[in-house]
Amino acid sequence: MQTGLEEQLGLYQKRIPIFTRSVKGRFRRFKTTVLVLAYAIYFLLPWLPWSRLDAPSQAVLFDLPGRRFLIFGLTVYPQDVVWLALLLFIAAILLFFVTGLVGRAFCGYFCFQTLWTDFFIWIEHKIQGERPARVRLYRQPWNREKLLKVGGTHVLWVLASFWTGMTFVAYYAYAPQLVLDFFTGQAAAAAYITVSILTISTYAAAGLMREQICTYVCPYGRFQSVMYEPETLAVHYDARRGEGAHGRATVRAGRGIVVERRRAESAEPVAVDRRQASLSAGERALAERHEKGLGDCVDCGLCVQVCPTGIDIRDGLQYKCISCGLCIDACNTIMDSFGFPKGLIRYDSEQNLAAPEPTAPRVEWKRLKTIGYGAALILMSAYLAYSIGTRGSYDRAVNQIRQPLYVVLSNGDIRNRYQVRITNKAAQDQTYEISASGIPAGALDLGNFREITIKPGHSGLVQASVRLTPELAEHTHHFELVITPKGKPGEARSETVRFDSPKEEHD
Amino acid sequence: MSEQKLQSQTVQTTGHAWDGDLQEYNNPLPVWWVYTFYVTVVFALVYWTIYPSWPFGKGWIGGLSNITYVNSDGETKTHSWNTRALLLEDMNRAAIAQKPYFDKVAAMSYAQIAKDPDMNGFILSAGKALFSDNCAPCHQAGGQGVVGFFPNLTDDDWLYGGSFDKIHETITGGRHGYMPTFSEVLSPEQIDQLANYVASLSGIGHDATKAAAGNVLFHSETAACYYCHGADAKGRKEIGSANLTDNIWLWANVPAASSAEGKVAAIRSVIASGLNKGVMPAWAGRLSPEQIKVLTVYVHELGGGQ
Repeated sequence: MQTGLEEQLGLYQKRIPIFTRSVKGRFRRFKTTVLVLAYAIYFLLPWLPWSRLDAPSQAVLFDLPGRRFLIFGLTVYPQDVVWLALLLFIAAILLFFVTGLVGRAFCGYFCFQTLWTDFFIWIEHKIQGERPARVRLYRQPWNREKLLKVGGTHVLWVLASFWTGMTFVAYYAYAPQLVLDFFTGQAAAAAYITVSILTISTYAAAGLMREQICTYVCPYGRFQSVMYEPETLAVHYDARRGEGAHGRATVRAGRGIVVERRRAESAEPVAVDRRQASLSAGERALAERHEKGLGDCVDCGLCVQVCPTGIDIRDGLQYKCISCGLCIDACNTIMDSFGFPKGLIRYDSEQNLAAPEPTAPRVEWKRLKTIGYGAALILMSAYLAYSIGTRGSYDRAVNQIRQPLYVVLSNGDIRNRYQVRITNKAAQDQTYEISASGIPAGALDLGNFREITIKPGHSGLVQASVRLTPELAEHTHHFELVITPKGKPGEARSETVRFDSPKEEHD
Repeated sequence: MSEQKLQSQTVQTTGHAWDGDLQEYNNPLPVWWVYTFYVTVVFALVYWTIYPSWPFGKGWIGGLSNITYVNSDGETKTHSWNTRALLLEDMNRAAIAQKPYFDKVAAMSYAQIAKDPDMNGFILSAGKALFSDNCAPCHQAGGQGVVGFFPNLTDDDWLYGGSFDKIHETITGGRHGYMPTFSEVLSPEQIDQLANYVASLSGIGHDATKAAAGNVLFHSETAACYYCHGADAKGRKEIGSANLTDNIWLWANVPAASSAEGKVAAIRSVIASGLNKGVMPAWAGRLSPEQIKVLTVYVHELGGGQ
């Protein structure tokens, strides 16, 4: 009656739990180094002191109520949003540049989802043990041991998530005071809301969702895929070598890794044991395999066990691969233990793998796209550095008053008015002088504000009016308003402004 | 690796069977949907308790959330939550924040205000807001006025004087400009002569003979223009009569006319029909003394004052 309906699939794929085996190697070391460095910067930076006259002594402080961003010796105001825009452009181009060269390096080593997941897995590993122990724990019914271990893991995760949120908030207020206020219930509502949201999202993303964020949520992983080129280096399984003519094959018990692997908690002790014994034996074993048409892959499955996204790299390049290199470490360990050459799984390009005579993998940068991205990266970084290096001590804006554009005075003279806004970005009071060039002396009327003193971080507004005779007005279309910080003639800047008169309007 | 589980599931039925084998499929809502629905139910209950929700008798259930603010008379008011009280709370908070500035305005002299950079900034922003709310409907957003109706406040001609005190007097008490109708007293030729004379005062193209006759008429008892506009035709600030010798035109739209004849005609029509529309209301009761003071400085700054 209901034939076929039993095969109906659910709308949502159920998460398949992943228990990663720990592994040692070059890529693991690199990932750990990045993790420690990134965490040191993120968690310690808000606590770095920095002496300031007019602000809390915190090296990096995003002072939102004061509308300024204090980053070491640099004060950034909202007007400098161009720097932020430029920084984001640079980050985007850097991502394109790196992805074109070495694939999803960002995903595998630097993305905060990867870093936090890695850290959370480390906690899980410390409490619940290596992969087999975790699988066993997962399968066993709820008892005291499971409750303690799983509960403890989650408690530590929540604590880590909470401190992640707390640290984020600490960038926005004087950290020691904020932490004190936070726990005495006196911090701003925004602090509690932000910390709650970040605690929940960190816990959910790094503890519960993990690779699902990369697979289903994150757009970056997907659009980095389209930047791959045949020359791009990526984590590949050398299928030609691994499969041979008749495919991969396990090593028989007694001669290989299968039995011993069951004994060992991690792959590393096995590798050490075998390394000495089987160097020359490995060459012989390999020759034997090749005679039988077998590939080099011993099908130990370690590359799958260490994968944080739970994929099999031997199925080829796939969208779930975040390019973390852990399978390379795992495979090299095994290859080493048999005395087989390393690099069955390695960073290589599709082009090289498909070549009749594959060469040693190397970074191919001589491509128009890569060179273009590189050039853009250098130009934009240079401009950003130049722009920050030569930033002025003040901002100015001269707006002509447009209602009305000009006024005819009683003796026929034409008057235009302007609003001059000066923002003092220096750390002390500064007096500014305003003058004009290109019009007769005395034509510029600044009322009582030929010079104006402005407090640091504040703006001053001056109304300027310029009065010209009709004859002169007819020939004057533009003139210069010059703003000079008193005592710093080198920082004088001029603004070209329009002068409107009735004649001009009829043109 | 992972615990591979089958993704397929068997179809559920409601468990009923009719006619032996007729079954009903059960297609339950997704779990996330059901829980989201329960959450919205809880949300609604919480919302009803906090905010005004249900009509009740002639009023409504106000909810637990209150809005408390201090109004301008210093009274503390408490309402159950509503958007009008929210607005009042905002307005009163803003007024309290502004008060120190207005207090400063009240305490300072005009000369002091004009020299203080901080106060200057306050006048430019607060004055603009006050001007836009109260003055701009007639004098326009920039104070440029409308020829034939409302004086331009950005030029250097002030009918009643452009000092701080005079501007303050004008805003406080209002003004009423008046010029009698001359079409009943003078012949069309005489009005034409006068118009040509007035045009000549400002250097506009005119008929010299007519202007000479107009000059005589201007200073005669027949037309008696000099009573108000003065023997030199430069106007009298104490009664607000216009200066006829400058380039500023308020009532006769001379700048808009392209030909000399048109300009003279515009003057002629003003003389013939007179004026009774130069009315500015008094603001004394409608704005606070501090607000008037702010506006005085703002208007003074618009035209440079006198």
